[in-house]
Amino acid sequence: MLIKLTGGTVYDPARGVDGEVRDLYVRDGRIVDSPNDTAIDKEYNLYGKVVMAGAIDMHTHIGGGKVTIARTLLPEDHRRDPFQRTDLLRSGCGHAAPSTLTTGYRYAEMGYTAGFEPAMLPTNARQAHMEMGDVPMIDKGGYVMLGSDDFLLRMMAQRKDQQAINDYVAWTIKSAQAIGVKVVNPGGISAFKFNQRSLDLDEKHPHYGTSPRAILKCLATAVKALGVPHPLHVHGCNLGVPGNMETTLKTIEAMEGLSVHLTHIQFHSYGTEGDHKFSSGAAQIAEAVNANKNITVDVGQILFGQTVTASGDNMRQHANHNHAHPNKWVCMDIECDAGCGVVPFRYRDRNFVNALQWAIGLETFLLIDDPWRVFLTTDHPNGAPFTTYPHLIRLLMDKTFRNDQLTRINPEAAAMSSLGSIEREYSLYEIATMTRAAAAKLIGLTDSGHLGASARADITVYTEQEDKEAMFAKPDYVFKDGDLVVRNGEVVKVVWGTTHVVRPEHDDGIEKSLRDYFDRYLTMKLENFTMSDGEITEDGRGSLSVHPCSTGGEA
Amino acid sequence: MTGYHANSNRECNRDMTNKSKAVVWENVPSPFCGIGTDDLSIEVDGTALKVLQNGCSVNSAGFEEPVTDTDPRVGGETVTLEEAVAKAADILRETNLPLVGGLATDVNGMRAALALADRIGAVVDNMNSTAAMRNLLALQSGGWVNTTLAEVKNRADLLLMVGGDVESLFPRFFERCVWNQDAMFVDDTTKRDVVFLGRAPAGDAATAPDGRAAEVLACSNADLPEVVAVLRALIHKKVIRANEVGGVPLASLQILAKKLKHARYGVVSWVAGSLDFAHAELMVQTLCEMIKDLNETTRCSGLPLGGREGDQTANSVCGWITGYPVRTSYASGHPEYDPHVNAAERLLTNGEADALLWVSAFNVERTPPATDVPTIVLGRSGMVFEKEPDVFVPVGTPGIDHSGHAYRMDNVVALRLHKLRDSGLPSSAEVLSAIEHAVM
Repeated sequence: MLIKLTGGTVYDPARGVDGEVRDLYVRDGRIVDSPNDTAIDKEYNLYGKVVMAGAIDMHTHIGGGKVTIARTLLPEDHRRDPFQRTDLLRSGCGHAAPSTLTTGYRYAEMGYTAGFEPAMLPTNARQAHMEMGDVPMIDKGGYVMLGSDDFLLRMMAQRKDQQAINDYVAWTIKSAQAIGVKVVNPGGISAFKFNQRSLDLDEKHPHYGTSPRAILKCLATAVKALGVPHPLHVHGCNLGVPGNMETTLKTIEAMEGLSVHLTHIQFHSYGTEGDHKFSSGAAQIAEAVNANKNITVDVGQILFGQTVTASGDNMRQHANHNHAHPNKWVCMDIECDAGCGVVPFRYRDRNFVNALQWAIGLETFLLIDDPWRVFLTTDHPNGAPFTTYPHLIRLLMDKTFRNDQLTRINPEAAAMSSLGSIEREYSLYEIATMTRAAAAKLIGLTDSGHLGASARADITVYTEQEDKEAMFAKPDYVFKDGDLVVRNGEVVKVVWGTTHVVRPEHDDGIEKSLRDYFDRYLTMKLENFTMSDGEITEDGRGSLSVHPCSTGGEA
Repeated sequence: MTGYHANSNRECNRDMTNKSKAVVWENVPSPFCGIGTDDLSIEVDGTALKVLQNGCSVNSAGFEEPVTDTDPRVGGETVTLEEAVAKAADILRETNLPLVGGLATDVNGMRAALALADRIGAVVDNMNSTAAMRNLLALQSGGWVNTTLAEVKNRADLLLMVGGDVESLFPRFFERCVWNQDAMFVDDTTKRDVVFLGRAPAGDAATAPDGRAAEVLACSNADLPEVVAVLRALIHKKVIRANEVGGVPLASLQILAKKLKHARYGVVSWVAGSLDFAHAELMVQTLCEMIKDLNETTRCSGLPLGGREGDQTANSVCGWITGYPVRTSYASGHPEYDPHVNAAERLLTNGEADALLWVSAFNVERTPPATDVPTIVLGRSGMVFEKEPDVFVPVGTPGIDHSGHAYRMDNVVALRLHKLRDSGLPSSAEVLSAIEHAVM
């Protein structure tokens, strides 16, 4: 089957194509070069349409225990957004923490073809994959969480050499079927279990004596040494704390050129100026990001309304429980491995802090020069549900709209923000960069996020409109692996994406220490802990796509 | 022969079947006990199973239940699986409000049950919901601070057990998670403080290895709400003008409140299934709020024990696929959760449900409730009925007859279950999917 997409205006930053009229050809789920001699089976006339690769959400909480806790906690939120069964689609619910099926449909309806769960606990990886296995339409993957797990902290306290730690990190990636490694409040989730309530970058863990700085360097070094394409994914210390911008700046400095991705940076960019001792640190953070090419960030934009925050950072989630709206919340300590906290939250535009958070996120987007190093996220659902992305894109692309919104927020916050003076508007090329090309590059997906020959035929076609929210909310066509899956913003075919993983090499000797450790301290046997391939593929829908590591590993 | 292979991270090594002779499999995970025991040694001889090591009253009975009937029946007559499926589809096609109940199965069984329920507009409920709702309602009203088994094992210095017969229901809990020899952060586990509030323990599992018996503050279950409310008040230093509450001396509760406040990592555990009094969810909520209060100054976590007969699995899978726990109705074309209206027992006794599909793959004793509506049972082989159902399909048990996944009580760890024998019994997922396709 050969499909031709004719005459679309193509934005493909991976290949430097900025709004050029091009024909695309698709065969067997992949993009192919122009096959001169072959008959076209199906042609789509895309003259005047905007064509991009399918969008990739590189940080979205779509699978795993804390998401299902959030779902279970908030029946009242689901009731406002039922998703009705159709002849084609299963029923479910939407809004802040949508059901898995609805999640997949709604991502596809916005032109997204991949989403990555950023906080997959080793002990809960099985559940994360089972939930993602029930998310249709898009490709998936997970970053496995380390940094508050007893085994790593114990190794560091015993001054085990970096090679042994690399082996443990590699083993964990494989056993959890992950594509990257995330650290959340380094050491802090563990410290909270010892009744520590905050842990700054250079503070020592009450039991192991390690500092967050040492944990970050250790894990970033391991990820680099293993050749894992995605640099260490960092949710830093002091999330949400006024003045945490200093910690973030020190964290960037501490990396000494090592590549790291700082996630939901908006929540880590706060100063302490002004009457409320709360101010924007976006300018200083953006300056540091601009100056340090080893740093990438995603924003974690907040948007106003009800949502639910779900995080591995139970230390900070517990500290914020007084803000829960509605007033109910969950914290969990998990298996000497990790933790989680779920706090429902309503961001209000008339509230000074929330309004400034909104402005800080937008300032961050607009002050970081390089769209290859800043990613469009709301940290779904923590800043807002992912369904707000078209609105967020409009805020970035349309200064008039943005300034109009600025007049509606808390006036004190608006007055403290530099947002109104920022002229920049994102171009379609820059949006395509941050939501496609750069995201694929960051994660190490060589065959996604672009439209070159041999790429997965994940393609989104829009009608260009003045109202960018309307444009990005409802693509004309979305193709997933060459199948037309969305037409006019509605799912027309249900498909099941693949699960992206990496398999770095490690010395098998690590299993011996782990086996003894599991037998002695944990509640599972080692061989019952590790996930097999069949658990993802045996239902006939799921599949695995193994990506190479630069220093070897299984491919 | 011993079936365990080092580095066996591949399914081919863990399809634990061998028809030729008796084999012994090590480190077998159990779907029966709720606490995720995975160190069982099991001998398989044909279809007969024998737990050789690390068995307990729950797991040994669960694994060793013999296979008796393998043939589906319609109206008591033996039929083929296809005929049974066709009959089930005929029944369900004619209904206005079918009920998919029991739901004691694995993750794939639950996925298939929800797909079928979505298609036919059914209500889904689990056989243990009356108990599970005591926790879920508390969660949905206020939330909680909870923990998991490895944290208890390595960190707890005080364990308060409220109202439950832990020992009979979870026979290996104390051995595996309390009196473990090595713990990461507890110097001497034999010194752990164990206090029972309410029912006294049935045996001596809670007695420390050095012979120290657990402390018991005895009261009746019916008095627990009052006792727990007073305990919470004492933690807040409220003045209580009484000398005893529900038979428990106030002085004892004052000591307990002090212990909780001074514990480094206290764990408060309860068994929802044992709290058999009206509105027990309110007492669970009081406990959860008390634990939250304690966390303002120290660390304390809840540990709701449960998860038997797949109830945790049912609620987890229903949670991610519909957004809600069970007691969810697909009748109007989208999931609607109502923990009271959609209770299976109420729908049957009120005559609202007009057909029952009962899934019970773990325990032959858990047969469907008595009802006059047409009934289809997907049950474990060996089930005996007071009244023969319209359709009976014997199904395999997850973790014995087919592979699968089951949740542990702490809602974090999902166990990978393995096939141990070739009984020829289909999985509940296979039968449910076949019914879904036949209904169309």
